[in-house]
Amino acid sequence: MSSAARVAPPGHRPGHRPGQAPHAAVAALRAAATAALRAAAVAALRAEWAKFRTVAGPAWLLAGVVTLTVAVAVPAAGVARCGSAGCGIDPATVSFGGIYLAQAVVAVAGVLAIGNEYSTGMIKLSLTAMPRRLTWFFAKAAVLTAPVLAASALAVAGAALAGRLILPGHGFTPAHGYASLTSATDARAAVAAVLYLTLIALLSLGVAAAVRDSAAAIGLVLGVLYLFPLAASVISNPPLARHLDQIGPLPAGLDAQATIGVSGLPLTPWQGLGVVALWAAGALLVGALALRLRDA
Amino acid sequence: MTTETAAPHRSSLPPGRDSFWHLVHAEWTKFRTVRGWVIAALVTIVAITAFVFVASDASRSCAGPGGPSACPTQPTGPGGAPVIDAFYFAHQPVTGSGTITVQLTSLAGQVEVGPAGPGAPQLAPGLAPWSKAGIIIKENTSAGSAYAAMMVTGSNGVRMQWDYVNDTPGLTGGVSASAPRWLRLVRDGGTITGYDSADGAHWRLVGTATLPGLTATVQAGLFAAGSFYASDSCTYDSNFCTRATGVFRHIGLSWPATGWTGTNVGGPNFGLPGPGTFRQSAGALTIASFGDIGPAAGDAFGGSGLSLQRALAGTFFGMIPLIVAAAMFITAEYRRRLIWVSLTAVPRRGRLLAAKAVVIGAVGFAAGLVAAALAIAVGLPLLGRAGPLAWPVSLLTEARLVVGTGALLALAAVLALAIGTIVRRSAPAVALAIAVIIVPYLFSFGPLAGRQAQGSGPGGGGGWPLRFTPAAALSVQQAVPQFHQLAALYSLQAGYYPLAPWAGLAVECGWAAVALALAFFLLRRRDA
Repeated sequence: MSSAARVAPPGHRPGHRPGQAPHAAVAALRAAATAALRAAAVAALRAEWAKFRTVAGPAWLLAGVVTLTVAVAVPAAGVARCGSAGCGIDPATVSFGGIYLAQAVVAVAGVLAIGNEYSTGMIKLSLTAMPRRLTWFFAKAAVLTAPVLAASALAVAGAALAGRLILPGHGFTPAHGYASLTSATDARAAVAAVLYLTLIALLSLGVAAAVRDSAAAIGLVLGVLYLFPLAASVISNPPLARHLDQIGPLPAGLDAQATIGVSGLPLTPWQGLGVVALWAAGALLVGALALRLRDA
Repeated sequence: MTTETAAPHRSSLPPGRDSFWHLVHAEWTKFRTVRGWVIAALVTIVAITAFVFVASDASRSCAGPGGPSACPTQPTGPGGAPVIDAFYFAHQPVTGSGTITVQLTSLAGQVEVGPAGPGAPQLAPGLAPWSKAGIIIKENTSAGSAYAAMMVTGSNGVRMQWDYVNDTPGLTGGVSASAPRWLRLVRDGGTITGYDSADGAHWRLVGTATLPGLTATVQAGLFAAGSFYASDSCTYDSNFCTRATGVFRHIGLSWPATGWTGTNVGGPNFGLPGPGTFRQSAGALTIASFGDIGPAAGDAFGGSGLSLQRALAGTFFGMIPLIVAAAMFITAEYRRRLIWVSLTAVPRRGRLLAAKAVVIGAVGFAAGLVAAALAIAVGLPLLGRAGPLAWPVSLLTEARLVVGTGALLALAAVLALAIGTIVRRSAPAVALAIAVIIVPYLFSFGPLAGRQAQGSGPGGGGGWPLRFTPAAALSVQQAVPQFHQLAALYSLQAGYYPLAPWAGLAVECGWAAVALALAFFLLRRRDA
């Protein structure tokens, strides 16, 4: 199977032709090759989008992301109380508390995007149809990114709105040091939350490509997400706990979503998002390498 | 005409065995022959054991006025447990058996309401629930020595307490000049018996303390202690924010009187806001003091030792591979269509699920048992590097930690299997199981845990996540005791859970039972 999938696509390779070719012909061939590549990429995107859109699972999962985020935000904001100035409660932590759970759903969506190909055997067909594996892989990633980004934006907007409506009545007022809940800081926290969820989807995609088994991949992703903060909470060596909070994707992502006490956090907001992006990029790289070098 | 009845065909083979244990054996064969699942179970053991090395790395330091400093040495009581022993003691030496009797006519006090200056709290009248004054027979005046005492408390009536951890109630209600309380201690060898009375004529037995190895000559006398009280208004570092003032009359000793000596027991060990005072007037003795006599649990523990529970801090790390294997134990059957073969072979579907639950539960139990035993064996010397354990742990408690961790993992595995049966697909099942079992524990630290999360007073920390979700089972690993007679902060960080050990496990058991019942129902009702 693999040898079939690895057959190079038919087509001329301009630079390798013996003899002197006229410049114009080379340029024309190059242009044709670029166009063919672009067409292949567009075709891959279209194909993957058709797969994504015609299966009910992803839509349900993304609806779950939105529902879960908002469904946690409402009661969390409902029970939060700020009695005095400097009560130390971050309104973003309260509003975006649902992201703790929603990221698990996003991770499932990311893992299944690749995992389902392997579990159904579809991968053989996909790679036969698109022997350029990396084109296929990144088309998959792109097709996953757009809907996850949209769903995350919707989820975070809903959660932020719930917080905006409920929290000022519970002591999160300008008198207690919470300016308006619509400041630039709050907007940054919301954008960071959206990007965080999207990066988690890509992290999951990369891990699934590397591991190939859905159950193992989701265990690995959720382990990486949840175990760093758990470890930091039980370690009584403060410098080590701080380092764990710096390198773990979940605590780093939470730093990016913080709106109060930002200067005391282990990472600045954009550093935090950068750490999550590094995790996602690393996972995508490992997944791409595994896919490129290994038998499917 | 004769009619021939055709005999129905009977196979000449013996009937197949139809026992449940045969089925369990079949499922066990399925489990052990999948390499990935066996590896997952081994990873569970290795992860829990290996995490000990991280969790025991404690560079713990105690906050002092000039920044972090070395932790003070915590005095220990007769049982080896850390104790608070700081109070004002008016005493005289007595030898042999005898009796001390006193009438207490007033217990008043002061509560700290704010800092007045460095080291000098600002006080207002008031009493803490466990502020105390009364009579005490104590081996000597050094902190941590054996004792037995009868006392009146702020709002818990008359109590008899001995050797720091024991507490027995006597008469209820407060004390005043019109309703005094009479207290009596009778020493007979190593036994001290406490009595109380409302009128000095009718005595009631409160309790009997046995103090092994009590010396012949001991110190008998009067004491007062404000009590350790972790309250919001207390801004003083040490939490000894209340001062109790007791007024004693009709003091009677059966031993020859030699005159009172006043001692601030525990003195520098506990950093009280100020020393106690002792005033003698016509017919009355008045003692006022901060401090407390009792166990040092919760945030009252100021020593450098760690709790044995730290050795099991990797439980969640080991749980993830186990959850993956347990969920796949059924979802893989659906994915590979093996479920059709399985259900053809075992048409009574409930039995199939029961057999799977038995196998995966046993695997989880065995993995947890081995992992916890290894972790504690490796962890004891590692934790010891930071100092003696925060609380001495009996063999029975160690056994509870080991068996409890096994049960915790077994129930998590059964719950994951049930979720896998309900969901039928690997990735959502694993994610759901992790979200239900592990994520609530993360919630227990943040503001989402609600207001009880700070865990003030007896009741432990963690809020709702550790009361109602499967994560509540972690309470079976609690290795530090909690005392109703000590109003300390019992926080999650200090190793306290809101539920009793086996109650927490019962919560997880309930989750597993409900999920398994739903799985039974759906497996029987649905097309496979």
